[in-house]
Amino acid sequence: MDAQKTPQKNIQQPGKGQKLGVWKQYWDRFASNRWLLPVLTVAGFILSILIPQFNLVNPYIQLILMYIGINIILTTSLNLINGYMGEFSVGHAGFMAVGAYTSAVLTTIFIPTSLNPWLFPLVVLAAGVAAGLVGLLVAIPSFKTRGDYLAIVTLAFNMIVKSIIENIEAIGGPRGIPGIEKLTTLPWAFFWTALAVWVIRNFVYSNFGRGVMSIREDEIASDLMSVNTRQAKLLAFVISSFFAGIAGALFAHVLQFISPKVFDILKSTDILIMVYLGGIGSITGSILGATIFTILLEVLRPLGVWRMVLMPLVLVLLMLFRPRGIMGLREFRWFIPHYQLLATHLWRKKKEAANAPAAD
Amino acid sequence: MTYLFQQLLNAMQLGSIYALIALGYTMVYGILTMINFAHGDLFMVGAFLCFIAATFLKLPFVPTLLISMIGVALLGVVIERLAYKPLRHAPRVSAVITALGVGLFLENFTLVFSPYPQHVPELIANKTWVIAGVSISSLQIIIILLSIGLMILLDQIVRHTMVGMAMRAISWDKTIVPLMGVPLNLIISITFALGTSLGAAAGTMYSLAFPVIDPYMGIMVGWKAFISAVVGGIGNIRGAMIGGFILGGVEILVAAFMPSTYRDFVAFSLLLVLLIFRPYGILGKPRPQKV
Repeated sequence: MDAQKTPQKNIQQPGKGQKLGVWKQYWDRFASNRWLLPVLTVAGFILSILIPQFNLVNPYIQLILMYIGINIILTTSLNLINGYMGEFSVGHAGFMAVGAYTSAVLTTIFIPTSLNPWLFPLVVLAAGVAAGLVGLLVAIPSFKTRGDYLAIVTLAFNMIVKSIIENIEAIGGPRGIPGIEKLTTLPWAFFWTALAVWVIRNFVYSNFGRGVMSIREDEIASDLMSVNTRQAKLLAFVISSFFAGIAGALFAHVLQFISPKVFDILKSTDILIMVYLGGIGSITGSILGATIFTILLEVLRPLGVWRMVLMPLVLVLLMLFRPRGIMGLREFRWFIPHYQLLATHLWRKKKEAANAPAAD
Repeated sequence: MTYLFQQLLNAMQLGSIYALIALGYTMVYGILTMINFAHGDLFMVGAFLCFIAATFLKLPFVPTLLISMIGVALLGVVIERLAYKPLRHAPRVSAVITALGVGLFLENFTLVFSPYPQHVPELIANKTWVIAGVSISSLQIIIILLSIGLMILLDQIVRHTMVGMAMRAISWDKTIVPLMGVPLNLIISITFALGTSLGAAAGTMYSLAFPVIDPYMGIMVGWKAFISAVVGGIGNIRGAMIGGFILGGVEILVAAFMPSTYRDFVAFSLLLVLLIFRPYGILGKPRPQKV
């Protein structure tokens, strides 16, 4: 429950930096504006339609924007397991591979090319469902094992998926599937990203989400408090893998070529790094982490090989000075649903009222 | 039958390498309850130090092995002091992510200086004996005997010396034991030095057995060694040895009797099955959980 208390504490202390006080007030008003989120979403969606239509930015930047969207989906969905549920899943690229391969097989083999653009949303959905079903399988061992042993299960899952794909000749085996049509467009990427963030945010602040968070704090205690831990774990895994599958489908149709090698443990590590860079248990953190990581990698491109030396160093330094990541366990106020804010407000009032007579 | 024995010999060779690396994981885990994901890359650095010593300094086998072990032990201690020590009281996961970062750094730093795979020269004169149809090379004998020797040495150190006693005590309780006058930081450094030098020895032997080395070789081997450590029960030294031999055996035997592309698939499926029946590994004991 720490996650919801802290942000308001931070915002309701305007007196601390006196020099920055005026700016901080502006920022607070801006950051706690309840219309900010819908306005940003609509503006983003309109922009995402306008940008490719009128070529507002060059195609390279459009491509990076799409990658940012895909990475945000991946990071947010992994954060559900690693941040909110407190497990250590290291096989997220496996779910992504399932989604990518499902969608790529559908668009290259089963669906006629002329229908592809129209059926693409359904294809992405199918990819998500396929990955979600696989997520169901991985959730079952999580009932019994925890911690490092569950990490091994997810790791083994990632390698098994890769190995199975390598052994099926019909989908290209180790050579992969070349020549996938470029169906992911900026509006679609934005739509799926917004959907993923919206669904996961609402899940986290729902009753199920509270169950998931209680597992992070203490599984046995939450079980004793009649939280259905199995259901919570199952839901978290299925939702997380569903969106990983969607991200995989979008990824396959941006890259236009997939092979088992793309989805190996290094890809999982990248997603992990984005999650912990942004901060565990924070959706805005995931968005920031994915964006910063993707942009940094592109900005540092002129450095050549050295950028791959620099990135881990940045990560290590960040971990040393902010062990919880940029936004760890905190959230921007405008990102939290209103009923949640209201509930916290009422709870606090009640507590103050209860404490007041005791203090006399 | 001779084919089976031949494959078992190969399995011993691979298994002893996995076991040596798994020991590093398990020792660090036992003392810090932290997974040192940079360990696979320290193994890689060990292989590269062996390559440098053998190619540029033209040293024979034993000095090469020593250089590699000492160099990597120093590197391991430095990494622990700079990157892991400040995080000892941070959430466990931050230390793990730091370890991942350190591993990536080591890989890519090596990549800058060696963009192409390197070829390690032959350090041990290759003799092959044929006993009852099973061919044994001198390299295989050295690898198996040396790693078993190192493992026994480690086991003795942990069980019968003051340092080993301090290690076991710290893995038992990190708060009380330093109050009894055990130098915590020194013992942790020694643990890192021992664990990483075993990894470096494994790297040296691996690069002699499979002489083409590249900066990314540590990833796969490292993860597999980690899996061996978990199979044996992480934190348990004898378990790590058993786990390494089991994983090596399964991998080699699957490759020997089935299409080799199924190797990873079968090996990891078996691991999952094993974890279902023994969720805490072969020798691991479930820790009682308190609410």
